[in-house]
Amino acid sequence: MTTRSLSYAQAIREAHAQLLATDPRVFVIGQGLWSPWYAGTSLKDLEKEFGRHRIIDSPVCENATTGAAIGAAMAGMRPIVFHPRMDFMLLAMDPIVNQAAKWSYMFAEQISVPVVIRSVINRGGEQGAQHSQALQAFFMHVPGIKVVMPSTPYDAKGLLIAGVNDGNPVMYIDDRWLYEETGEVPEHMYAVPIGKAAVRRRGKDVTIVATSYLAAQALSAVNELSQRRIDAELIDLRSLKPWDREAVFSSVLKTGRLVIADAAWGTCGAAAEIAASVACEMFNALKAPVVRVCLPDAPAPTSVQMERKYYVGATDIVAAVEKLVTQ
Amino acid sequence: MGAIPVTLLRMIYGMMLRIRCFEERAADLVEAGEIRTPCHLYIGQEAIAAGVCAALERDDYVWGGHRSHGHYLAKGGDLRAMMAELFGKATGCSMGRGGSMHLVAPEVGILGTVPLVAGTIPLAVGSALASNLRGDHRVAVSFFGDGATDEGHFHESMNLAAVYRLPVIFVCENNFYSSHIHLLEHRAEDNIFSVGETHGIPGIRIDGNDVEAVYQTSLEAVARARGGNGATLLECRTYRWRGHVGASWDLDVGVTRRDELKEWLSRDPIARARTRLVQMGVSVDDLKRLEGDIRDEVDEAVILARDAPYPDASEVLTHVYWETKRGQ
Repeated sequence: MTTRSLSYAQAIREAHAQLLATDPRVFVIGQGLWSPWYAGTSLKDLEKEFGRHRIIDSPVCENATTGAAIGAAMAGMRPIVFHPRMDFMLLAMDPIVNQAAKWSYMFAEQISVPVVIRSVINRGGEQGAQHSQALQAFFMHVPGIKVVMPSTPYDAKGLLIAGVNDGNPVMYIDDRWLYEETGEVPEHMYAVPIGKAAVRRRGKDVTIVATSYLAAQALSAVNELSQRRIDAELIDLRSLKPWDREAVFSSVLKTGRLVIADAAWGTCGAAAEIAASVACEMFNALKAPVVRVCLPDAPAPTSVQMERKYYVGATDIVAAVEKLVTQ
Repeated sequence: MGAIPVTLLRMIYGMMLRIRCFEERAADLVEAGEIRTPCHLYIGQEAIAAGVCAALERDDYVWGGHRSHGHYLAKGGDLRAMMAELFGKATGCSMGRGGSMHLVAPEVGILGTVPLVAGTIPLAVGSALASNLRGDHRVAVSFFGDGATDEGHFHESMNLAAVYRLPVIFVCENNFYSSHIHLLEHRAEDNIFSVGETHGIPGIRIDGNDVEAVYQTSLEAVARARGGNGATLLECRTYRWRGHVGASWDLDVGVTRRDELKEWLSRDPIARARTRLVQMGVSVDDLKRLEGDIRDEVDEAVILARDAPYPDASEVLTHVYWETKRGQ
């Protein structure tokens, strides 16, 4: 089996190409599929390889497009519906939350909904409040949907393949800030299991649980922390629903300290859910209060000076961990 | 457009009568408190489901909404399984998780009827897209009411269907009331059919209480869809005799409608079809036998539903996710 280095965006493209080549039920629908402006290189030239009938650059109607993908899934297809910005996907909440998420339960698994809803967090660059949101928590809240957020090229490919073959609605959230990250990616088709976290570094002093972009940032944070003699364990959650409670709980049992980094609002967010679960189920294992590294409770600003203040990264994780461990 | 053969019209009439008998029985059971799930009755509108579905094949798709007992039966859904579902029983078509507003019969192409207004219109378009991608020529029918035409779903879906020439038939059952609000209180013009033309697909207005007209027009729309010539919007004008929800006559969420019911009762689609059958030479005795058989079938379904077990409450967490091991 050959492995080579690919960028995160190239890995997403490769997953699409392999799925389209091997399964006639797979098609892609959404806005901006034929333009690099919307999808970067993550869908580059797929329409030339597989035809515009399977790579459908749709009208601007998130509701109907998403609903159509979901209806096609119910009718036996394996669609991937693409939203180049998560913000715009809010227009499709009815088909996602009221329809796709409920179908298995309402009809006692007589019909599956094997749809991947791919949405992109695309922020920064002074784009502002309506071109910036990371809304993974909305979908974690809803039974019947799975939520994945890859942080590496390897997982970007493997989780997309797992999502298409899962049989349930899967919200696949990728982050434009990760598109140029490179890493080893096998050439063959493989699935990364949904619901399994990856322990990126073993450590004994503190557990860092991170998602998506902040999982990548946390990798450099743990290196910095080791220079400061803090031995951190880093868990890249990869799947937010279901999330790997066993991996998180066993790590916290060992370290007794928990920092959760999720580049979204903290209120009712992924970090809040994990913190609550740890507090409810293993309060006595904690040596100190849980710390969250999240975005401030405000819409995203535009002016670069304010953006720098607003967004969080490796230095915020280092600072949070250091404060927690030394207090 | 040739006349409908008498055997076919008798069959369609029988389906209308089955829907009527089922629902009158359900209405009694609602009033008696035996059925608790909210029931939106279709009484008065039967010609639309029966006429449209008679023009479809078994593999074709049908999508509905909150008022879909008629669609379910007309497409071939199992009557006993729907009655059991109304009783909330494990033997119901949705195994007790659906009730009146969430019906399914995948074996006859009913992939779901659900009550979010207009919610299944894009899903129907998606099943038509699946049909086109596979090239299997299945037609998708989306049933919805006049209220649903106010939703963005409706317009977005018609546009998608038109752009991609999808084999879908949008069937608007215009019963003049969106819950308790009259058509002209939720829409500036009484012109739903004309929205089709705006989107580049044929829009046709028909008398939804004339089952022959519904059937003949549907045949043309189905031929258009199956032949690769795209979608059609049918506006079928009709009237529901009962309230928006529940068994009451002409009472909508506590509001009595305008003085219209009497006139619409005289346009009863079932009585009209019956008169036509008699004119065509079908004997009254034959029609009485047919009616008796249908009443027996409904009675038996009620007995079975009463006797059936409830779902096990310990299974409240099952089926949240579809498990791959079941295969599809």
